[in-house]
Amino acid sequence: MSEALKVEDLSVHYDTREGALQALRDVSITVPEGGIVGVVGESGCGKSTLINALLQLLPENATIPAGRITLQGEDVTRAGTRRLRQMRGQEISVVFQDPMTSLNPVLSIGRQMRDIQYRQQGSRAAKDSRSAAMLGRVGIPDPVGKLAAYPHELSGGMRQRVAIAMAALMRPRVLIADEPTTALDATLEVQIIELLKELQQEIGCAILFISHHLGVIAELCDRVVVMYAGVAVEEGPVADVFLRPGHPYTIKLIECDPGKLKEKVTDLPSIPGSLPDLTDPPAGCIFRPRCDRATEICATPPPRKGLNGAHWAACHHAKVDKA
Amino acid sequence: MTALLSLRDVVVEFPALRGLKALLAPPEKRRVRALDGISLDVLAGETLAVVGESGSGKTTLARAINGLVPLAGGQVSFDGMALDESPDWHAVRRRVAMMFQDPVGSLSPRKTVRDLVLEPFAIHGIRLQNRRDKAVELLADAGLGPDFLHRYPHQLSGGQARRVGVARALALTPALVLADEPTAGLDVSVQGEILNLMNRIKAEHGLTTLIITHNLNILRHIADRIAVMYLGRIVEIGPVERLLSDPAHPYTRALMAANPEPDPTARRERIVLKGETPALNARPPGCEFHPRCPVARPDCASRAPVLEPATTGGRVACHYPLTKETLSA
Ligand SMILES: Nc1ncnc2c1ncn2[C@@H]1O[C@H](COP(=O)(O)OP(=O)(O)O)[C@@H](O)[C@H]1O
Ligand SMILES: Nc1ncnc2c1ncn2[C@@H]1O[C@H](COP(=O)(O)OP(=O)(O)O)[C@@H](O)[C@H]1O
Ligand code: SF4
Ligand code: SF4
Ligand SMILES: [Mg+2]
Ligand SMILES: [Mg+2]
Repeated sequence: MSEALKVEDLSVHYDTREGALQALRDVSITVPEGGIVGVVGESGCGKSTLINALLQLLPENATIPAGRITLQGEDVTRAGTRRLRQMRGQEISVVFQDPMTSLNPVLSIGRQMRDIQYRQQGSRAAKDSRSAAMLGRVGIPDPVGKLAAYPHELSGGMRQRVAIAMAALMRPRVLIADEPTTALDATLEVQIIELLKELQQEIGCAILFISHHLGVIAELCDRVVVMYAGVAVEEGPVADVFLRPGHPYTIKLIECDPGKLKEKVTDLPSIPGSLPDLTDPPAGCIFRPRCDRATEICATPPPRKGLNGAHWAACHHAKVDKA
Repeated sequence: MTALLSLRDVVVEFPALRGLKALLAPPEKRRVRALDGISLDVLAGETLAVVGESGSGKTTLARAINGLVPLAGGQVSFDGMALDESPDWHAVRRRVAMMFQDPVGSLSPRKTVRDLVLEPFAIHGIRLQNRRDKAVELLADAGLGPDFLHRYPHQLSGGQARRVGVARALALTPALVLADEPTAGLDVSVQGEILNLMNRIKAEHGLTTLIITHNLNILRHIADRIAVMYLGRIVEIGPVERLLSDPAHPYTRALMAANPEPDPTARRERIVLKGETPALNARPPGCEFHPRCPVARPDCASRAPVLEPATTGGRVACHYPLTKETLSA
């Protein structure tokens, strides 16, 4: 399978008063054509930084000291402003946590959907009917009537559907979803996950799905990359990573999910300690200060240990699966 | 057990329209009911969890109990005392503490942690012998060392800010704590710490708690009973194990099933609900859940169900409650 999106050994630093903050260190992620890859990690692990790097929308104090990002073989970090705008409009679409990030509050939904089709052939009426069809497709009632509505007239769940409809209308090769269900209630969350699955089938795009929610990732993705403090610590097929995690951080994270505990407990698990200072990260393994399996060797950089097929963990003490 | 807190037919209304529009609209359109006839008891020593999706009225419920919004109908009584005839809110709030939804935002940014945890004493005009010792003691109870005394809210992580919120809530040794979304915005790796802290303090101080949450995963570990809200009404209330294993109301079932799990082999037989929660000014007739209900029958659109004892325990507002058999079908 060829790659829709490939991130190779990417590092991103932010210039701060305390020095260079290493928000991403040597991160590699491959999203195959038509695949759904999840990135899971808690706050501060670098999820937003990764997305901004992919879209080349990093803030001014960011630098990319190393790494390559390729979209269908083309190096995004070398693309000019014009080419980037073209890519962002046509080849890569993003659905953000807050749908208002991609919606303009003062323009009607219909106008905005027509505007993003400016490269497409067809009359205004043809574009409007394409827009309405897509709104109907994502489950918006009275789609033709909704073309005249403004974003504030819709509920949060409906706005997220509109944002997804706009992203899908471009028939992108890669869809990036940045915590698209985090602001939604549980019953809406599952509606949106189902919708993304269906659209992915119909459009045949690849999806990079970013979330801190293990359950959502497990349900939607084929593969998952686990991030901790700017480092990809484990990667593999969803079933392998969640059923037989190899990295101590992943193991702890899964244990912490209270949904897993089917019997009542009075002492819920947590991960003691806090994130390392990324302007002065610990030598060797990034998880060492919080890891209960750490030994002397962990002060040296851990290798990516293959566990089983395409499943690896960056840990000196990770064990090969026998499953 | 006796009820420490009782609500009977509590109604809270908010203005739905403003200005000229409000004057021109018919009276019934001028206001919306955020709480529409809530009756419940919180028993001494128990933890009641109130669940429901955003806008269902959970925060309004906590605010109504604490007198932060006026009642348009019904009564609230706390420890045998009716809170409707202009009670001494100052005295009530010494015994009913509130933990607010937004941990960092609810702490004044210019105050140090020390001042924040001592603020309840200042508000209630209570003189302390040794302020520093009291602050250290309260922080220690919430799991924070004395090195936090001189920090400001922006220097705290989400979990630490929650702990300060816990310390403040406990300052005046209340009998009842109303905790609004105590885990919202926290990473899973720190949620456990905060819930363990709340469980421990509850046991040590014999507290009664009402926890508002939309985090369904934590219910089993913190709650004795659950009340499920939809559009400002309770649709089901009962023991936690029963609501998790065999919910009687179709909405409770959809809510409990709509909870993605990290186990890829977990069976997913869920009801994916149609549509979204209606607006408060467009309450559907009959059963308010009927437009989205997967098992609605024709009369559900005209007859409104009331909370009645469920055969499996607790109470449910549904004409055709689910049973174990319908659940597995
Ligand atoms: N513009 C910035 N300047 C300095 N540090 C930043 C900036 N943006 C993010 N960071 C830091 O980079 C790290 C990763 O942040 P982010 O990518 O936002 O993580 P996530 O989205 O996973 O929570 C954090 O330590 C954060 O404080
Ligand atoms: N001060 C207010 N003025 C007008 N409407 C309000 C006010 N507070 C809450 N509401 C409305 O009451 C309903 C219930 O809100 P809330 O109690 O905050 O729900 P929840 O906490 O369950 O998300 C919502 O429709 C909300 O918009
Ligand atoms: S390398 Fe060492 S410190 Fe790092 S996760 Fe593995 S055991 Fe823990
Ligand atoms: S009363 Fe009817 S519509 Fe309402 S929840 Fe029960 S079955 Fe569904
Ligand atoms: Mg982020
Ligand atoms: Mg609320």
